[in-house]
Amino acid sequence: MQEPLIRLQDVSKSFDGDIVLDELNLEIKENEFVTLLGPSGCGKTTTLRIIGGFTKPDAGHVYFDGKDITNLPPNKRQLNTVFQKYALFPHMNIEENIAFGLNIKRKSKEYIRDKVRYALKLVNLDGYETREVTSLSGGQQQRIAIARAIVNEPRVLLLDEPLGALDLKLRQDMQYELIRLKNELGITFIYVTHDQEEALTMSDRIVVMNQGYIQQMGTPENIYNEPENAFVADFIGDSNIIDGLMIEDRLVQICGVKIPCVDSGFGCNKPVDVVIRPEDVELSTDTSKGFLTGRVTSLIFKGVHYEMEVIAGGFEWLVQSTLCYPVDSEVGISVKPENIQIMNKPESADEKAVTPDA
Amino acid sequence: MKKIAQFGYLAAIFIFLYAPIAALIILSFNESKYMSSWGGFSLKWYESMLNSDLIMSALQNTLYIAIISSVVATIIGTAACMGINHMKKLPRTIVMGLTNVPMLNADIVTGISLMLCFLAFGITLSMQTVILAHITFNIPYVILSVMPRIKQLEPSTFEAAMDLGASRSYAFVKVVLPDIMPGILSGFLLAFTMSLDDFIITHFTKGAGINTISTLVYAELRKGIKPNLYALSTVLFVSVLILLIIMNLPKREKKVKTVNNKENYT
Amino acid sequence: MRKQLAAGPYLIWMIGFTVIPLILIVYYGLTDTTGAFTLNNIMAIAEPQRMAALIRSLQLSLICTVICLFLAYPLAMILKNLSRGGKSGLMIFIFILPMWMNFLLRTMAWQVILSRNGLLNTFLNSIGLPSVNLINTNAAIVFGMVYNYLPFMVLPLYNVLVKISNDTIEAAHDLGASWLQTFFRVILPLSVPGIISGITMVFVPALTTFVISDILGGGLILLIGNVIEQEFTFTANWHLGSGLSLILMIFILFSMFLIAKYDKEGNGTAF
Repeated sequence: MQEPLIRLQDVSKSFDGDIVLDELNLEIKENEFVTLLGPSGCGKTTTLRIIGGFTKPDAGHVYFDGKDITNLPPNKRQLNTVFQKYALFPHMNIEENIAFGLNIKRKSKEYIRDKVRYALKLVNLDGYETREVTSLSGGQQQRIAIARAIVNEPRVLLLDEPLGALDLKLRQDMQYELIRLKNELGITFIYVTHDQEEALTMSDRIVVMNQGYIQQMGTPENIYNEPENAFVADFIGDSNIIDGLMIEDRLVQICGVKIPCVDSGFGCNKPVDVVIRPEDVELSTDTSKGFLTGRVTSLIFKGVHYEMEVIAGGFEWLVQSTLCYPVDSEVGISVKPENIQIMNKPESADEKAVTPDA
Repeated sequence: MKKIAQFGYLAAIFIFLYAPIAALIILSFNESKYMSSWGGFSLKWYESMLNSDLIMSALQNTLYIAIISSVVATIIGTAACMGINHMKKLPRTIVMGLTNVPMLNADIVTGISLMLCFLAFGITLSMQTVILAHITFNIPYVILSVMPRIKQLEPSTFEAAMDLGASRSYAFVKVVLPDIMPGILSGFLLAFTMSLDDFIITHFTKGAGINTISTLVYAELRKGIKPNLYALSTVLFVSVLILLIIMNLPKREKKVKTVNNKENYT
Repeated sequence: MRKQLAAGPYLIWMIGFTVIPLILIVYYGLTDTTGAFTLNNIMAIAEPQRMAALIRSLQLSLICTVICLFLAYPLAMILKNLSRGGKSGLMIFIFILPMWMNFLLRTMAWQVILSRNGLLNTFLNSIGLPSVNLINTNAAIVFGMVYNYLPFMVLPLYNVLVKISNDTIEAAHDLGASWLQTFFRVILPLSVPGIISGITMVFVPALTTFVISDILGGGLILLIGNVIEQEFTFTANWHLGSGLSLILMIFILFSMFLIAKYDKEGNGTAF
């Protein structure tokens, strides 16, 4: 097992008595694209700032390549940050901005010129050297901020919601751009966002955070398909979260109906949360085909699919389907056993923190 | 360590700024006429101040000039802001540049130029000329306070009011005016205090025998300090303090709001 | 069109009470009593006593400006740091409060402190030190100037410093800059508009004052302001006084030009 590049050990931080991080432990491997994902106030930005050195943790340690860097100031760390609002230096032109870090390190003029040209090419802004910061669009400024960080050849690039201020189309373009950059540079990216789609698109690994705790870590597929608790399920995409009762291994009861599933090990007659993604709910006009019968109460065309709400078994199901079922039609509901996700109900104090939209 | 150095620096400047004022306040209660000895607590200089016709009439003049000039300046200045806001770029730049002239110009030049102007056109220097001069240097302060408010004004609120059936004047009074009111008020108070504080321009434009607090103090100081001026300083300082606290109360509330917003961002 | 008319009274007022008076100064400054054109009123500055006053004014106001800059910059930085915690409002209030005290009474306070039997000497004697003779010296005048004009330096500096976002400073640290490097490469260059405004806001009134020199110089030390004031109030020679004022206006125009060039966002307005 490879030694992690960055390791946070029992890191805690509070501001004015509000606990933002509580004994957080996190390991990040070399050359990984890790995303810290969570709603605002979940502690993701604080985690990033602690790694960057801008915020000192109240307790715990930060290790970089095996060395304790907890008390090292940001200018002594081998990592660079791309700030949410770009934070370009307004009194310098593009070239001077990008060259800032290299000038501090007293690199030669030729070296700096070549590096700046290379960085600009990398972010697709060749020939922008002498432009003024204020003459650039938001997307261009963000590219310059990235170029300014990567010319210093950091081993880790920290990105704090770098696409937050851009419009949707630009944001999607920049996502591909960032993946390409990551692959070309071969360095570690730590990315902070509250946008689950961004996280799912780009990351090798996602760390879902809420109220200072890590809720789940895993690959995008893993996080999406097998959320460990209701918070993750709710935060990552839309979900039907239904109160259920685990009758026995591989059999769960929801809305008064016993249906087969693939999970086991929850015990017998145990209350659980059952998560079903809206696209996994299958409707049929033949009501005998489903385990439940319901009535469509609303229908919206969303482009790639229709979104419907169906009242069935006392629960309002969110359903996404390419087929259209008109309002007031009677439908049968079925779900494949492998698409049913079973989760324990929150019990401990820690898990209370998972309440969505807190 | 850094915090201690910062605090020490703040404290040193604080002492530099307030020691003279504290000295005046303490001396105003000194029974003795000499500043080098403490003759016991006394209110006699306050009594002497109240009994001095010179000081009382100067105080009256000062307030009279400040009130009239700041009210007139507020009206002219606010109207000017409305007009300037609807001007095209070039005239607006010219007018705003002109507005800066009395603010950046040295008071002595402003004072002399006004005095020359009055005398050249055969106007005898009097209380009225002082008021005219004060209005002149007060208007720019009003404009600078009101202008940012007008720029922030959402044009759609005025249009929304009209859309809902309000007449132009009703929409103005009920929608626009309340929005820019804080700017008008702070402009008025700024003009008022500027007028209270002015010496140089008053010195050149006042008629013989008319004194404001500033010109009276100047005249007295050339003869030597009378302790009842300490009493006057104390009274003025306390009044300004109260005035400024009232002036800053609404701003303080706003600050609390922005602080809360910051806290949400972690 | 109709809305622009609201600015009418103001324009008329400004033409009548700002533009025409300034034109009059130029007119009087460039003519003699018969109304004929002359440069004598301006050349009169060459007279030794007046020249000495002008040079002394320049010296003292420069010293005052430099002291104010060096006192105010750290102060503004500290206030900026406090503003991050939202604690600066009250502090700024405290630091500008003395500015609202009557200007003459503030200056009088320094006379009380510095005069021969004043508070400073009383204090020094009481701890066994000899008296210092500060009143009626250049030093006393500089004291009075710094005391009166310091806030004019602090406010514009503070205004530009709070606008420098924390991100920008953190970005510099992030890119490897030490605290000093960050200061000289990022903070200082970004605060130039505030420095320029502050300098002119302090320099112009210090250069043209006649009150501070009158009160703290005991009428013995003449500044150019005193010379001009006397031409108007004692000798009543408007032409000469206007001519000398024109010389002052050169300095004022120069500082207006500097502000226009470097301070486009108007931080120079200290309020």
